[in-house]
Amino acid sequence: MTATTRDTGDAVACTGLAYAFGETNAVDGLDLTVREGEVFGLLGPNGAGKTTAIRCITTLLPVPAGMVRVFGQDAAGDRMAVRRLLGYVPQQLSADASLTGRENVSLFARVFDVPRRERAARVGQALGAVGLTDAADRLAGTYSGGMVRRLELAQALVSAPRLLILDEPTIGLDPIARTGVWEHIGAVRAATGMTVLVTTHYMDEADQYCDRVGLMHHGRIRALGTPAELRQGLSERRGAEATDPLPTLEDVFRDIAGSGLETSSGDFRDVRSTRRTARRVG
Amino acid sequence: MSEAPAAPPAASAERPHPDGIDLLLRPPEPRAGWRLLPARVVAMCAVELQKLRHDRTELYTRAVQPALWLLIFGQTFTRLKAIPTDGIPYIDYLAPGIIAQSAMFIAIFYGIQIIWERDAGVLNKLLVTPTPRSALITGKAFAAGVKSLIQAVVVIVIAALLGVALTWNPLKLLGVGAVVVLGSAFFACLSMTIAGIVLNRDRLMGFGQAITMPLFFGSNALYPLSVMPGWLQAVSKANPLSYQVDALRGLLLGTPAHLALDFAVLLVAAALGITAASSVLGRLAR
Repeated sequence: MTATTRDTGDAVACTGLAYAFGETNAVDGLDLTVREGEVFGLLGPNGAGKTTAIRCITTLLPVPAGMVRVFGQDAAGDRMAVRRLLGYVPQQLSADASLTGRENVSLFARVFDVPRRERAARVGQALGAVGLTDAADRLAGTYSGGMVRRLELAQALVSAPRLLILDEPTIGLDPIARTGVWEHIGAVRAATGMTVLVTTHYMDEADQYCDRVGLMHHGRIRALGTPAELRQGLSERRGAEATDPLPTLEDVFRDIAGSGLETSSGDFRDVRSTRRTARRVG
Repeated sequence: MSEAPAAPPAASAERPHPDGIDLLLRPPEPRAGWRLLPARVVAMCAVELQKLRHDRTELYTRAVQPALWLLIFGQTFTRLKAIPTDGIPYIDYLAPGIIAQSAMFIAIFYGIQIIWERDAGVLNKLLVTPTPRSALITGKAFAAGVKSLIQAVVVIVIAALLGVALTWNPLKLLGVGAVVVLGSAFFACLSMTIAGIVLNRDRLMGFGQAITMPLFFGSNALYPLSVMPGWLQAVSKANPLSYQVDALRGLLLGTPAHLALDFAVLLVAAALGITAASSVLGRLAR
């Protein structure tokens, strides 16, 4: 386990983060704290602002309003220092299909300044950690979707990040590949003690794999806690009997999104920002 | 960062990681400031060479066009003797121009590549590494140079087979390499700059088509400045391709050239290109 450093605070601390694409407030005063060592799930439907928030935390977008700190470092200030702490897996399957798995990981070892003498060993360990040792010298273009995701995980792990950020890691994967991806995330976290921040709109996955979740809607966190707390809370609000089955996280989300939160304008805004995402994603 | 190197965990022996994971617990030391840029350039060039090793198709298909230019256009115009070339055969005169042209066509493709990388998420991932934008662009620019260099070797071999009397002086060939890399770096940055402005592959393809031919015909690649009308001479003098061709001719054929000026123009153009492309790269990350 890595030694804790001088900054004893949280892995991520956002206060009042806001970001607008033109007229659309994608992120609208987000307050978010990710504790060191936990798996935190940022949940919400398409267009809730999850990806925009992630892009601000990863220094891809500027921070026009509010404050973002990663292990105490200002994400709008010393960006290079923040990037050295991060492993990032974007929404798209982004491995280079015309390189082998090993070359894909090796590129990230190079751009994180891994010295040549330990590069091969480090790349080998990263590939081993996600179970791709046997496929390492095949072109990534021949990989299945789940294998590409694991390869991206290896790319992120090779620099020993303290914070692993995954944006919709299981989107578009079949159920078995999804479980595989989550199991590898869990195993890596257990072995390295790194903090994991993950966005998803699959409530069931968050329920199963996240220590804490934040439900995001219209650019803000609307509910925060462990999955069990949130479900228990809704159950109590509904005045359910102890013998009734607990509501799911999806029920919790419906409850929050439905309780007078601009439901009339919500859909249209969602569609607009989803389209924007789609255009960016290409 | 300030973390002490962690001791290899004792638990790793019974974990399902055959190679262990001890190295994955220790962040690599950041490189010192001035060593960062060359390291990133090497990383980008390595990727380019690895891709070429896996798939050489592009190398062969891209050899077709310069071969045809030399074979058909070159041989025909050598017979016509329509273009004043100061006594050297036209095909000899043409060969350096075709080297520059094929290098430019490769470099112009980099704008489309960077948009593709943006769409595929590759660019965002690279931008979340400790790589300043200018280092990423410089890396790509030199990767274009490396690819063009390989292309230049192919064209030189074709030209030699067609009987063009080229120099084999290693120092001059080194100079040829430098000229090809600098020229490609500029055109790659030009195309990445346009990519950062138009942000869209289809629009960029249109721009690419629209600028490559004028850049080629508005240069001294096919004919000397002296036969051009005044306005075209002005265009040609503002076109870095002309300086690239002038230097290549001087080095490969020994014709009178302005090597110092050529190198200066190409260096400044490459530096400006890198600055421009770096400053619009953020638009692609949005």
